Amino acid sequence: MATVPAAAIRQSGSSSSKATGAPPERSAEGHRTVGEIQVKDPVIVCRKVNVFYGDKHAIRDVSLDIAHNEVIAMIGPSGCGKSTFLRCMNRLNDTIPTARFTGSIALDGQDIYDKRQDVVQLRARVGMVFQKPNPFPKSVYENVAYGPRIHGLAADRTELDDIVQTSLKRAGLWEEVKDRLEQPGTALSGGQQQRLCIARTIAVNPEVILMDEPCSALDPIATARIEDLIDELRQNYAICIVTHSMQQAARVSQRTAYFHLGDLIEVGSTDQIFTNPRHKLTEDYITGRFG
Amino acid sequence: MSNSESAAVTAENAAQRSRRLVQQSLRRRYRAERLFQAYGILAVTLGLVFVGFLFSSIISTGWTIFQQSYLELEVHYDPEVIDPAGNGDPEEIGLADYSALIKAALRARFPDVEGRSDRRALYGLASGAGQFELRSRVLDDPSLIGRTETLWLLADDRVDLLMKGKVDRELPEETRGLSDQEIGWIDVLLADGQLDLRFNRAFFTNGDSREPEQAGVWGAVVGSLFTLGVTLLLSFPIGVAAAVYLEEFAPKNRATDFIEVNINNLAAVPSIVFGLLGLAVFIQLFGLPRSAPLVGGLVLTLMTLPTIIIASRAALKGVPPSIREAALGMGASQVQTVAHHVLPLAMPGMLTGAIIGMARALGESAPLLMIGMVAFIVDVPGSLTDPSTVLPVQVYLWADSPERAFLERTSGAILVLLGFLLIMNATAVILRQKFERRW
Repeated sequence: MATVPAAAIRQSGSSSSKATGAPPERSAEGHRTVGEIQVKDPVIVCRKVNVFYGDKHAIRDVSLDIAHNEVIAMIGPSGCGKSTFLRCMNRLNDTIPTARFTGSIALDGQDIYDKRQDVVQLRARVGMVFQKPNPFPKSVYENVAYGPRIHGLAADRTELDDIVQTSLKRAGLWEEVKDRLEQPGTALSGGQQQRLCIARTIAVNPEVILMDEPCSALDPIATARIEDLIDELRQNYAICIVTHSMQQAARVSQRTAYFHLGDLIEVGSTDQIFTNPRHKLTEDYITGRFG
Repeated sequence: MSNSESAAVTAENAAQRSRRLVQQSLRRRYRAERLFQAYGILAVTLGLVFVGFLFSSIISTGWTIFQQSYLELEVHYDPEVIDPAGNGDPEEIGLADYSALIKAALRARFPDVEGRSDRRALYGLASGAGQFELRSRVLDDPSLIGRTETLWLLADDRVDLLMKGKVDRELPEETRGLSDQEIGWIDVLLADGQLDLRFNRAFFTNGDSREPEQAGVWGAVVGSLFTLGVTLLLSFPIGVAAAVYLEEFAPKNRATDFIEVNINNLAAVPSIVFGLLGLAVFIQLFGLPRSAPLVGGLVLTLMTLPTIIIASRAALKGVPPSIREAALGMGASQVQTVAHHVLPLAMPGMLTGAIIGMARALGESAPLLMIGMVAFIVDVPGSLTDPSTVLPVQVYLWADSPERAFLERTSGAILVLLGFLLIMNATAVILRQKFERRW
């Protein structure tokens, strides 16, 4: 993707419309975001999402669409709520007893916070890759086969073998592990473990993949491999990636959303966000003035 | 310029100053470290000394338990005594007076002993256990009747004490426990090689007895096995299920806090209270038999549960949350997450907790006294409802007995108990290593 021309960022820094450091004014629809939150063909539609951890208001009135076959990067300083927002989309925040959710998130037009929505079903459709590689302490094969097995996706052993092989191939791990499928997944290197986690996720054919800082524990070479992989996976999935690395956001994503203290400040095409941010907070962050 | 110069000097001084201060504090720090290590070594040494003292005292009095004095006698299976009617009826043969055969054999060995009291003293050299052995031999093989056989039969416990050097021959006759006459006979037998220390099979196969030389630990071992079996079968599944529910499923609110506090309280309740509870509930209310391993196991289950629940919850807490998130993120249900991922990882810790609980249950005597397992029981229990006793209670019973020979039995029973514990703890280590997985 586009590299960030630093000079371009500096040039655009003095526009009068972004003199304030406060979040944008509330719009008529109730959200405070600069930029177009809507897309033409959304797979996920979030509207007025609020999350509270006890008394703490972690996310305020965030509305955002996620399109098919796109990589959307979520950036922002630590504690801005981007991971929380990500975890709303597969309802993993349900496991935190103090977390409370208001608003609506629709997956293919269906509200996932509806009472009739089964979380198991949802999480099979919205996969997740975590910050720290967390393969199960089982064999490589069992790691990938686990999802298809619990969801009953394979009729017999040969079909399961096929799924495991295809998933590992698509995750770019097959050549490295094909001779040691029975070895523990935890014995792989960090980058291999993370690709194993991606293989595990795509083995159940989700529609959306959420990635929570998937490369923050990896070295640059492993990171580059994962980034290539993300670009390939875009052909089949919508991918939301939370990252602390702006270069990474610029490299892998088509759209970027900037979060600040629970607010979604600005969203737009990655090129536009990094070359011509419209809000002062966004600009300050991407030019490295804080964060 | 001068400003920056003075700043440089200050910086230099500051660096020197901190180096000097570090130098000064170093000695103090190293001294504290050495002192701390010395305390640790002292504590470990003290512990080892106490354990060593315990073991050496038990082993020094108990090691002789593996041998027992036996008399070699030429027994004539006199048909007149065994089967006076001569019809070979097993029932009559079973009722015969076999002690007469031993008495006859002893009389034949020392033909010059005359008089009732002398003869009674002579008969006292052999243990009463011999007649049961003769009886079972004849019942097994009736063709023995009328023949003569040379047998090694159990000697009396006083003979045994003398043989093991626990009776001082120099003591005056009346405080020695054995008369000069008896010692004379023993010396004759010894000289002829007819009195010897042999492997003490009786101790490992018999139940309890009033006669020390016949008393064995097997009844208590079987009782302990039954009791612990019941305890393990009940307390491990219940404890693990309770821990899993409380840790993984239960909402965190006042009710669960209250339950947690009470489980911790239960772990500290004196064990005799559980015995009283078992007496009131299992025996009085449910009418289960007294002295039974079943009731003992139930009581020990109550006692062990809190330990297992607490250890299991700690083990579950130790499972990294990333594994739970990974499984939940894959779309595993809560139960699948626990069953497939969390439980296998927590299993080593749970097993450790269970073994600690079981080891405590194995050594427990107070609650079992309350439900009647302190009774004198000769038969080896054959089922969960047979009256029986357990190893620690057996130790207590023997330690309480007046005969000196029971001292050795007591230490022997403690040795068996320690052997049990050793096996259990070794099993725990092996199981833990087998289940342990790295992540």
